[in-house]
Amino acid sequence: MATGDYDRVAEQTEGATTEQTASGLLSVVAVGITFLVLSPLLWLFLRAVEIEPARAVELVTSSTTVTVTANTVVLVATVTALSVVVGVPLAILTVQTDLPFRRFWTVTSALPLVVPSYIGAFAFVSAFGPRGHLADLLAPLGIKQIPAMYGLPGATLVLTLFTYPYVFLTTRAALLSFDGTTVEAARSLNQTRWQAFRRVTLPQIAPGIAAGALLVALYTLSDFGTPAIMQYDVFTRMIYNEFGARRIDYAAVLSWLLLVMAVGILAVESRIEAGRDGAYISRRSRRPGEIRLGRLKTPALLFCALVATLGLALPVGILLHWLIRGGIGYSATGQSFELAFAWNSLSVAAGAAAVSVIVALPLAYLAARSDSRLSSLPDRLSYVGYAVPGVVLGLALVYLSLRYLPFVYQSVLLLVFAYVVRFMPQAVGTTKSSLLQIDPGYIEAARSLGYSPLAAFRKVVLPLVAPGIAAGAALVFLTTMKELPATLMLRPPGFETFVTYIWQVQDAGYYGRAAIPALVLVVVSGLSMVVILRRERYNAG
Amino acid sequence: MQDNTQIGTTAAFDAVETAVDDPSAEVLALDGVSKTYGPETAVDELTLSVRDGELLTLLGPSGCGKTTTLRMIAGLERPTTGTVSIRNEVVADETTFRKPEERNVGIVFQSYALFPHLNVEENIAFGLAEADERETDQRVSELLELVSLERHRQKMPNQLSGGQQQRVALARSLAPEPEVLLLDEPFSNLDVRLRVEMREEVREILKRAGVTAISVTHDQEEALSISDRVAIMNDGAVEQIGDPAEVFENPESRFVASFLGQASFLSGRVTDDTIETGIGTFETNRLNGPVEAYNGATVDVLVRPDDLRAIPTAESTAEGYVTQRQYNGPSFVYRVKLHSGDVVHCLHNHSESFKPGEPVEIDLTADHPLAWYPTE
Repeated sequence: MATGDYDRVAEQTEGATTEQTASGLLSVVAVGITFLVLSPLLWLFLRAVEIEPARAVELVTSSTTVTVTANTVVLVATVTALSVVVGVPLAILTVQTDLPFRRFWTVTSALPLVVPSYIGAFAFVSAFGPRGHLADLLAPLGIKQIPAMYGLPGATLVLTLFTYPYVFLTTRAALLSFDGTTVEAARSLNQTRWQAFRRVTLPQIAPGIAAGALLVALYTLSDFGTPAIMQYDVFTRMIYNEFGARRIDYAAVLSWLLLVMAVGILAVESRIEAGRDGAYISRRSRRPGEIRLGRLKTPALLFCALVATLGLALPVGILLHWLIRGGIGYSATGQSFELAFAWNSLSVAAGAAAVSVIVALPLAYLAARSDSRLSSLPDRLSYVGYAVPGVVLGLALVYLSLRYLPFVYQSVLLLVFAYVVRFMPQAVGTTKSSLLQIDPGYIEAARSLGYSPLAAFRKVVLPLVAPGIAAGAALVFLTTMKELPATLMLRPPGFETFVTYIWQVQDAGYYGRAAIPALVLVVVSGLSMVVILRRERYNAG
Repeated sequence: MQDNTQIGTTAAFDAVETAVDDPSAEVLALDGVSKTYGPETAVDELTLSVRDGELLTLLGPSGCGKTTTLRMIAGLERPTTGTVSIRNEVVADETTFRKPEERNVGIVFQSYALFPHLNVEENIAFGLAEADERETDQRVSELLELVSLERHRQKMPNQLSGGQQQRVALARSLAPEPEVLLLDEPFSNLDVRLRVEMREEVREILKRAGVTAISVTHDQEEALSISDRVAIMNDGAVEQIGDPAEVFENPESRFVASFLGQASFLSGRVTDDTIETGIGTFETNRLNGPVEAYNGATVDVLVRPDDLRAIPTAESTAEGYVTQRQYNGPSFVYRVKLHSGDVVHCLHNHSESFKPGEPVEIDLTADHPLAWYPTE
């Protein structure tokens, strides 16, 4: 529905005069929220300005900075490229070929997304690390040396395995939505199957592939847990280390560089999204004829099985193994898991979800209308959440609070605020899309059936928006549960959650202890994916 | 009646010059072609042949197997049994199966399937990959002229109207000079007004290109108006094939009769040289073909609205009464329930207005032999 229609909804429900006051109030609220969300960036800006120019140049051009930049670029580039190499063939195999058990492979190809990458990294290190399961297994055979799991290879492997599903899913969506008759048209114009793929299918699904690849790039760039566990120096790890060493100037400079790269990726992505805007999506789509794999069937199956084993069976298997048998250091001394940690996790996540939903409502309302000059603000605001890596947000909030609001430093309040800044855009998105689904005709129909404007709103609008709000709350809740860097940096002393506990035991090498919280987080991620998929089906229907 | 005037337009097209070498040569032949999907038979032992430069339309209700037939000709489906040959060369049988790109068959899809990432010019040149640039350019210009889209050469498909998209699709499929051109429900995506206009235009373009074409539709008016021959399909088989006027006037089966035009059936008892019906007794020489074998039995006579006239009369002499009227602008079609139990339709000028419930007698005004079928 056109956003213009939305004003008719507003008119019908509120009446013209109250509408104007409400509109003014809404703008004030939106500007206030914007300022709050941007405040961490403001601190980064002020801190960077305070550094003497000569010192700033020295920091930016230092050999460490150059190395870290190069490491980051190499990691992002290799992970992105490998994700395309893994994700695109899987999408084609599961959508367009006669691969046996296609539905099964579709699910296994998407599922690695539910393993938080730091848990995956942790599992891989314990399996393939110098003192891991594999080394133990091979030692009796006389094999003493196994390839190093740490550094670039380890980080690349782990990040690829747990982020390629972004490429898989966007490519799959593009393949499903493009009009298969164009392939038949190409065949009837004397093109072979391969020529038709290259000249017709590929150009049409390219924007989908690119969108997924950019999501992978952005995730890799801002991921803290995996490079930290793999001991590979990228921006996020360096910022965290500098923060720990109280070298704030350098941490601020690195944060800026990281932000610039993230904004660059987002800029490319928003351009692709704009160009994609329904251009190649066909309403009547016939699936192009299945490609018969023939002799390629066995290699294709092996490929699917390999990816599913590494990305799904292995990490989950290791977690289950720890759970049942107890892993290294299972019985060692140290803090053991307490139910209070679970309670902490749940309560901050619930707090973040509640605040996000309340804040999201006026923003979504604003975004759903076209007349206001501020209507694009919520969308831009959401980019802040996506672009600012958790480690940068954590750093900014620590020093912002120390300088201006010392009483909130290391308080749950600040922690919840950080989650809201990062994850609120998800609630804005779901609320906005359900607001946009309301046809003004519904309210007109209700009023013609004798309902007052208010009653019409309560009976018609609210029930339609409620699922969007609920989905937003669920997403914020679930993503908050697994957030790592900001939680580590902002939590009150002694405040342990699932995530901080996992971090603590992995740091100490007590892998076995991580089994329960890690499995809980995998299930939590799985649930958030279910929410997203159900929303998609709801929106499509 | 409307259908008759549509047939009339066919004759007007015959003046268009064609580029056909030998109009009697057989270009496409289907011999005993069947297609089954598991237990379901989509096409059942279909035999068909199409001559050079001819436009044949497969007409039938949805699910009658016409689109499957088209896809088998194109090589997008493989026949379960039977032979498909193009220019006397077998392209599909039990042992052979030529891929779509090896058949030289063009298709205009129902959705047009224009490549959304290519402009008009690139779409049309798509099948001309091997030719050199100047030749390609020239051929594209020729085709753009043929479909009158010279000014839209650089546009993207989504900037074109439905009719323009269709003409691009037509030009694109004609570009590699296919032996046979297939059109799948070519007008179903256009609004009604444009549909009539495009029918004439498409037929003219096809005739000028001299291409042998097979079109598929469920729209009888479209089939009768554009085709050289019509094949009426039902349940995967051809019920009748022939010149549109001939098929319309002499439907060989009840199915064909009721599919073409608004058909009603008058049941009548044959007694020697006469037949007694709900609207009176006629001589059997008004029927099409010998009816002697059915002496003493009942038959169903096909009457279309333009074959009958209703005349208001007194209750005592009435043969039935008007139950419904359908106003079409220039005309009324009255539905009349006869005392005999049959329901017939009568076509009247828009000035002749009767009310529902009015008692009427019916005149048989048809000046052509009437088709009839043994009562089932």
